[in-house]
Amino acid sequence: MTDSNKLPSGQTRIDSIEMRGITKRFPGVLASDHVDFDVKSGEVHALLGENGAGKSTLMKILYGMYHPDEGQILLNGKPVSIASPTDAINIGVGMIHQHFMLVPSLTVAENVALGLPSSRGPLTDLDRVSKRIVELANIYGLKIDPSAYVWQLSVGQQQRVEIIKALYRGAALLILDEPTAVLTPQEVDEFFVIMHQMVKDGYALIFISHKLHEVVEISNRVTVLRNGKKIGTRPTSETTKQDLANWMVGRDVDFAPDRGKVDIGEVRLKLENVCCGNDLGTPGLREVCLEIHSGEILGVAGVSGNGQRELADTIAGLRKTTSGRVYLEGRDVTGLAPGDLTDRMLSYIPEERMRDGMIKDFTVAENMILREHHKHQFSRSGFLKLKDISTHTDKLIAQFHVKTPSQETLAKNLSGGNIQKIVLAREISRNPRAIIAAQPTRGLDIGATEYVREQLLDQRKRGAAVMLISEDLDEILALSDRVAVIYEGRIMDILPRQNATRERLGLLMAGVHPEEKAPA
Amino acid sequence: MISELFTVTVLIGILASGIRLATPYLYASIGETFGQRSGVLNLGVEGQMLLGAFAAFYVALTTGSLWLGILAAMIVGALMGLIMAFVTVNLHAQQGISGIGFYLFGLGLSDLLFQKLMGTVETVKGFPPIKIPWFSSIPGVGEIFFSQNILVYGAYLLVPLAWFVLNKTTLGLKIRSVGENPDAADSLGVSVARIRYFTIILGGTLSGIAGASLSIALLNVFQQNMTSGLGFIAVALVYFGAWRPWGVLGGALLFSMVNSLQLWIQVLGIPIPSEIAVMMPYVLTILVLVITVSRVRAPSALTKPFERED
Repeated sequence: MTDSNKLPSGQTRIDSIEMRGITKRFPGVLASDHVDFDVKSGEVHALLGENGAGKSTLMKILYGMYHPDEGQILLNGKPVSIASPTDAINIGVGMIHQHFMLVPSLTVAENVALGLPSSRGPLTDLDRVSKRIVELANIYGLKIDPSAYVWQLSVGQQQRVEIIKALYRGAALLILDEPTAVLTPQEVDEFFVIMHQMVKDGYALIFISHKLHEVVEISNRVTVLRNGKKIGTRPTSETTKQDLANWMVGRDVDFAPDRGKVDIGEVRLKLENVCCGNDLGTPGLREVCLEIHSGEILGVAGVSGNGQRELADTIAGLRKTTSGRVYLEGRDVTGLAPGDLTDRMLSYIPEERMRDGMIKDFTVAENMILREHHKHQFSRSGFLKLKDISTHTDKLIAQFHVKTPSQETLAKNLSGGNIQKIVLAREISRNPRAIIAAQPTRGLDIGATEYVREQLLDQRKRGAAVMLISEDLDEILALSDRVAVIYEGRIMDILPRQNATRERLGLLMAGVHPEEKAPA
Repeated sequence: MISELFTVTVLIGILASGIRLATPYLYASIGETFGQRSGVLNLGVEGQMLLGAFAAFYVALTTGSLWLGILAAMIVGALMGLIMAFVTVNLHAQQGISGIGFYLFGLGLSDLLFQKLMGTVETVKGFPPIKIPWFSSIPGVGEIFFSQNILVYGAYLLVPLAWFVLNKTTLGLKIRSVGENPDAADSLGVSVARIRYFTIILGGTLSGIAGASLSIALLNVFQQNMTSGLGFIAVALVYFGAWRPWGVLGGALLFSMVNSLQLWIQVLGIPIPSEIAVMMPYVLTILVLVITVSRVRAPSALTKPFERED
């Protein structure tokens, strides 16, 4: 930390911001219940909690998007009123939203300049803005081209634009709302380097997350919220991942679910030299060969965008193969439509659950029967059997612990965890022969993650063949019997779990065979 | 017979009237471009044009002042825009349907006023051609480009002006951001509602002028439903032009040239059934939309009402 009161961006630092007794009620919910929270210059204060614990509510109050029913905010010890985001920006508070607030069709400079007065009156002054962007970017060694269009940038680069945007507006305190949720592991590392440097320079950072290892790695202090209440604040060095998890969930959390011993059966799903294109028209999969047996979970590890999506889509009949064969229980199912694959008892838990896994504006009950609505179980000569559907839905809601006000509730009004439970319920309750699960726990909180993993293990025990595509190595290692690593559309290797060390997987994920020498 | 089309005089005639006929398209389409870039689809352009055409004609007829007629058309168009803005911005109306409502309203009201206030078709002496010194004496070119009336010149000046406002001013930046990601604009203190009110009212005003250009500058009469689908083509031209003023200009010229061609075919008595000739611009609309719309991307927030999520 330097002695100067100025930050590298020229802004005056914020010594402390303190939120006292913040209470916020929404109809029927106490979203924030007398919560105290503070952050100081030169620290990362992590705000940890399950989805719906009140993290975002608290931070939206600090950013002026919500108005608290009770409580006050102190800036450097003096009460302040933050009635709008503009007020927040004026006192030096910036927020990086989980869903980036960028306009993709505009350039970086235009996004930064948007809404600010221009030195040229009614005309934009993008040259001057661009110069300042480069200055700010250089402080943290960020590479940003002010004239690039935002849609051309990777997610990690877009996040840097958001940071620059906040710094440009004079932020001395940054609220980072789940900033790592959209990043690849490498991008997370780079992001943490930037965070470290900013803290050293005297910025105050609030880091919202439900990823424990990240909180432990990056934060100085951590505050845990649960159901709108503050459970406690501790220096991070005095806690463990297990403590924090138990605090968050309110009970003991089992990180390594019991896999049990399951006898491996016959080959259920087999891919032979499968190739396909991707959305850019370049090869998506190259000569993929793999087998999954009954009672087995095959983990597919890899850095995002290396063909995982194409792999899942191809097996599920959503993408055409250019060559190669897919066999389900020994029968050639290459090129079959998703409906035919449904009839052959293949289930698919898609990566984009809100887009591909369900219809947002349908009710819970309707979503529950999406896959098999045409079967005699749910319809007779074109008419839906509403009573049977309702009974079926009630059964699944109870069995899969879906938290929903009713089965008539629209899916879009449920939390991510409950939505995934509906997808699981629909896909698993039909006792499929094979299951493709793509990123099944991405974005879910600990409780829901734990639940999804248990369900997949149950399916394995039941004798289903499960393909688990995940970017979370912990998840791959906790569940898989064998691990396949995918890189640029190719399966680099398939390892039995006991041989799948992190180092080895890491090298394969980067496209290097451990036997070969890594390029210097 | 067909060969008559290819004499120099006729070709110059076709081009000159093509340039002139693009005028209403340009006013209406540029106005619509502003609306759509800010995320609002106004399908009521036709209705706004009809009311503008009537207001301009009636005021010009009764006061004898063409400029008062233009002013009246602008006021009527702006008022229609104001109502449209309230319905779409504040009431979150479904824009496709409410636009059709505005069209039918304009169609019916202009007809009613025509019946009540005039009853018979009359004519006014519209804006006269202004010959630009020196340029207008260039053979051919002078007649095509530099011997038009003031509203024609205005329409073409509007194109670079619109381009400049959209791309070089802070207002244009706000308009584009509101049409692409209103949440982002809102989070930076840009008032989505204010911007959309502005673009919709501007669009209405320009549609009013578009109508006036028909009734007191090009045709110099007012008849029931005299726009006959021109306003809808203007909306289509915005898609054709990929939401860019220069693209819109290209589209407007293409259509007006085809239109001019079919008029001359009829004038010269070339034996193509007039129904087929009249159909040409409309068939072209459909073809062009089929070809272009699939390859260009509309503003992301087009037709989506904005509501702050709480």
